[in-house]
Amino acid sequence: MKEFGYQRVLDVSEAVAVLGADPDARFLGGGTNLVDLMKTGIERPGRLVDVRELPLDRVEMTPDGGLLIGATVTNSDLAAHPEVRRRYPALAQAVLAGASGQLRNMATVGGNLLQRTRCGYFTDVAGPCNKRLPGSGCPAIEGEHHNHAILGASGHCVATHPSDMGVALAAFDAVVRYETADGPGELPLADFYLPVGDTPHLETALPSGALITGVILPPAPVAAHSRYRKVRERASYAFAIGSIAAVLDVRDGVVHEVRLAFGAVASRPWRALEAERALTGGPATAEAFAAAADAELAAAEALPHNGYKVPLMRNLVVALLTELAEEAAR
Amino acid sequence: MAPSTSSVITLTINGEKYTLPVDHRTTLLDALREHLDLTGTKKGCDQGQCGACTVLLDGRRAVSCLQLAVAAEGRDVTTIEGVADGDRLHPVQQAFLDLDGYQCGYCTPGQICSALAVIEEHAAGWPSAVTADVRPEAGPPPLTADEIRERMSGNLCRCGAYVSIVQAVAQAAEAQATGTEEVVA
Amino acid sequence: MTTTTGTTTTTGALGTARTRVEGREKVTGAARYSGDIPLPELAHGWMVLSTIARGRIRSVEADSVLAMPGVLAVLHHENAPRVNLDYMGMIGPPDPIIGVFQHDRVPFRGWPVALVVAERPEQAREAAEALVVRYDQESHDTDFFAGHPDVYTPGDSPFGAAEATKGDIEAELAASTFVVDAEYTTPEEHHNPMEPHAATARWDGGRLEVLDSNQGTSYVAGELAQIFSLDAESVRVRSEHVGGGFGSKTIGSHQVAAAMAATVLDRPVRVVMTRRQMFSTIGYRSPTAQRVRLGADASGRLRALDHRSECVTSTVHEFIERSATVARVMYDADAHHTSDRVVRLDVPTPTFMRAPGEAPGSFALECALDELAEASGIDPIALRVRNEPDRGPVSGLPFSSRNLVACYEEGARRFGWADRDPRPGLRREGRWLLGTGMAAASFHSGAGPSTAGVTAEADGTFTVRINAADIGTGARTGIALVAADALEVDPDRVRVVMADSDLGPAMIAGGSMGMRSWAWAVSIAVRELRERLALGGDIPPEGITARSDTSEAVGALSKKERHSFGAQFAEVAVDVTSGEVRVRRMLGIFAAGRIVNPLTARNQLVGGMVWGISMALHEEAVRDRASGGHVGPDLAGYHFAANADVPLIEADWVDDPDPDDPVGIKGVGEIGIVGAAAAIANAVWHATGVRHRDLPIRPDRVLSAGTNVPEPGHGG
Repeated sequence: MKEFGYQRVLDVSEAVAVLGADPDARFLGGGTNLVDLMKTGIERPGRLVDVRELPLDRVEMTPDGGLLIGATVTNSDLAAHPEVRRRYPALAQAVLAGASGQLRNMATVGGNLLQRTRCGYFTDVAGPCNKRLPGSGCPAIEGEHHNHAILGASGHCVATHPSDMGVALAAFDAVVRYETADGPGELPLADFYLPVGDTPHLETALPSGALITGVILPPAPVAAHSRYRKVRERASYAFAIGSIAAVLDVRDGVVHEVRLAFGAVASRPWRALEAERALTGGPATAEAFAAAADAELAAAEALPHNGYKVPLMRNLVVALLTELAEEAAR
Repeated sequence: MAPSTSSVITLTINGEKYTLPVDHRTTLLDALREHLDLTGTKKGCDQGQCGACTVLLDGRRAVSCLQLAVAAEGRDVTTIEGVADGDRLHPVQQAFLDLDGYQCGYCTPGQICSALAVIEEHAAGWPSAVTADVRPEAGPPPLTADEIRERMSGNLCRCGAYVSIVQAVAQAAEAQATGTEEVVA
Repeated sequence: MTTTTGTTTTTGALGTARTRVEGREKVTGAARYSGDIPLPELAHGWMVLSTIARGRIRSVEADSVLAMPGVLAVLHHENAPRVNLDYMGMIGPPDPIIGVFQHDRVPFRGWPVALVVAERPEQAREAAEALVVRYDQESHDTDFFAGHPDVYTPGDSPFGAAEATKGDIEAELAASTFVVDAEYTTPEEHHNPMEPHAATARWDGGRLEVLDSNQGTSYVAGELAQIFSLDAESVRVRSEHVGGGFGSKTIGSHQVAAAMAATVLDRPVRVVMTRRQMFSTIGYRSPTAQRVRLGADASGRLRALDHRSECVTSTVHEFIERSATVARVMYDADAHHTSDRVVRLDVPTPTFMRAPGEAPGSFALECALDELAEASGIDPIALRVRNEPDRGPVSGLPFSSRNLVACYEEGARRFGWADRDPRPGLRREGRWLLGTGMAAASFHSGAGPSTAGVTAEADGTFTVRINAADIGTGARTGIALVAADALEVDPDRVRVVMADSDLGPAMIAGGSMGMRSWAWAVSIAVRELRERLALGGDIPPEGITARSDTSEAVGALSKKERHSFGAQFAEVAVDVTSGEVRVRRMLGIFAAGRIVNPLTARNQLVGGMVWGISMALHEEAVRDRASGGHVGPDLAGYHFAANADVPLIEADWVDDPDPDDPVGIKGVGEIGIVGAAAAIANAVWHATGVRHRDLPIRPDRVLSAGTNVPEPGHGG
């Protein structure tokens, strides 16, 4: 870790100004990812701008009945918040499925969206990685990739986004709110992460120097009927090998509204729009759920060792939607 | 202009104020261990992947290896050295000792700090990943063995003393809930 | 003055549960581990490891790093003090990795190439990361697989013969009613003690002093004396508290590098391994590829047992994971063949890791027994009982004691084995398929020569001095109990001084031999002390001390098959739609000699079984073929069980005092892991109807394998 300057900022415009004045500066939130990346030498900032004390630590109701989650709200506070648990339960479940109690107390919502992949080649600074060192190659494709992407990847990078929270946010049509020197802006989560293409090192559409100030959850009564499930290689304190956030509104046995998002299968939380289209207006049966999953996963491109994710996600779609449908029928 | 790469910070640790200069690269863990000789907090991985360095930061558990000391300026830190009341062990410590909730003891300070927080978080009604219904209407989940296991999973124990760790946390939590032991916060 | 003659205080300390004597220090954070001890003028060393898997160091560009703030020295092959590696240590010749910075050859990725020393750890780390090392890279081979063309049969060693054979395997197999022929693999596994390896070296009055974290200070001091060509008396190693070892905390590159730097700089130097560095520097358990062939007659009696295992070692040192040897203890057959073969690859040297040999070997053998039970329709326990040998199957030697059948009986009773329907795939609970399985376990019981001193103090207390190590086993408490029992005093009156090479030679904490070896020495010293105290008279201020040395007695042990035994039971739940496997309960019943402290012994046995869960379901270090290094060598990439993976586990024991041991001890450190992974794998088969012969049983493997369950109507 090289030496760096440190500055704590107390308001948003100051934060943006300080960052804008130093191209070598980075925002520091909870530090649970950035400090680790600095220790491994992947990030080498010259200055940290500590945004943890910014007045962005509240979860508030929006006038239209949605929620505004401040960027420095910790994962713990988000998951414990009564309105989140009541109205967006899959978000609370997703956050609780991530990391550990200690890390959730530190990690912030803004930082969670910006966390980097856990690909073992990305974290090995001695070796090649297109995401870390553009143009150096992607050893995962020929090497170890059993937990790599099956959707939306490219020949340049097959890494996955590790967030659990982001998967639920994708299902809830979240909008990311940010601030730049030119003023505030918004990005729907669907547009927040860039396609991998041949530029896997460019991960988000955030303008340069922008500070995430919050996440808006639009009002959606259906979101109360949501659930998150995560599969991992040990029972806790591990990243997903496949996860799913599902929202389902069934009326008289017909799918009125459905939202599905997948985790650990792509470079971003993967909104399963094909599956949603296939299901909406149709019967809420296990067969329909499976067919919808197949529609989504038709685009999957598996490598030699991650093909299991296709049946895994299919099974998760069926299992979770079946549970939600049964719940609705009760 | 190159920014300054060190600062003088003030921390309250176990109720005492400390003022010390730190290289900005210094984590809270290293500040405790290398600068203040508070070596009860352990370094197991230095990457937030084991929980051995768990302390309470403003009353909440955190991994001190990913907490830069300079960013902890002004905050309140409780380490394992501040858990007992003088010679009198905290009920959580006593339960770990009585039930053999450890072997090598290296993860133990982190386990105990984490357990203190688990009991508080549960008392505050926080759900966990194994809570069947997270909606507030469902009420707080009982602190079952499964709940303790999930909530304590951020503290790895390679000796595999989990069975007695869970028993120790359960015993201490029960003592605290029924007020059979005077608890030092 | 207190007269202690005619002591008639409490008895029976041995076998009574007692909390750890250092428990208060451990729960208050007061216990100082190696890296916790403050020293004036302490400098910090940071290891630099090779980034290529094979080749030569062309240059180490130290100059720019030496100009960095706080940097004191960069040690590498061109400037490091020369050391001696031409000696025979306690366990053979040294692994060349401990002779750091002696030449330019790089035999694997992660080989130590330099040590950067600085005033503060942050400075050392930054400088170590900035140090440019240039290499001439050569092509490497790190790929281990069954039937590698370069595999060879190693020579015999004190740890066992590479191959043992009797009878005609092929003929007996051909004549068998039931035959199992199956291949099993276990991956590369790493110890990962919670406390990283750490050593602080300094020169003090002409002596090299090392504050270390190790499993035996006599052993480490002896190696350091050899390496630095010093008199044995000129080296002192202490290791008061040790944060886990599991076989990995012996002599390593960090102690040698720290001692070199302390010599060059003439000030104390501490070297602490990072978690990532530990993956290439401290040893690991070799991956194995095993083939087991069993042939049985109609009654289930074995006619043929063939267990062949292959493992890996480095190009610079030979270490054999003796997986096939467990069959030489467990089961007899008319034809019996076992072999351990090895291939040299461009990887670090493996080493002893909790139950070396028995852990991977029992996975293959005990799964094969389960497959034979399935094939023959004989209950897995009945099948094993039918094949209980009355003498060593290969050695022909008598067993010192073998109470395995008692373990089966007690285990079956408590686990509810009699109610088990042997057919697979019949039990379902929601999305979970349920199954149960069992396996047998054995681990050799031995003793090593040790010395001890026991002092009757003038104040009526006793001091035991023995160079034991407590790596989490409860040794300090156990020794106090052994001494108190022999002295017939309350354990509170016994103080134990240990983990200091100046105390004299003693067995290391390894091979499940520590407690037995130390207790032997302590019991003899106490006997001698009591004889002297029986003469009467006052105790002088310096106390009365009796000493013992068990070298002769241990050497005089008759040749026998000496082992602990056990029966492992597991119940699992398997979700074949997600591939998740959860262990729901485990029970282990052991015949493991006399139990010194039930509290800590149970904890150790359960801990071993938790290792079995990790081995069955989680642990696996993945090596990248192209780079020759690990992918994700940290605790997020290398999983072992977290708290949520571990259900209520019960461990208990049957009466089994070793008749040839003065205290009756056998040792409990390793037997808990043996067979545990097999019991879980067998339970996964019982749940799903599919055999999983490759560890770990990851979700993707379970998902891909699916189920093989009877059609409805064919089995309820």
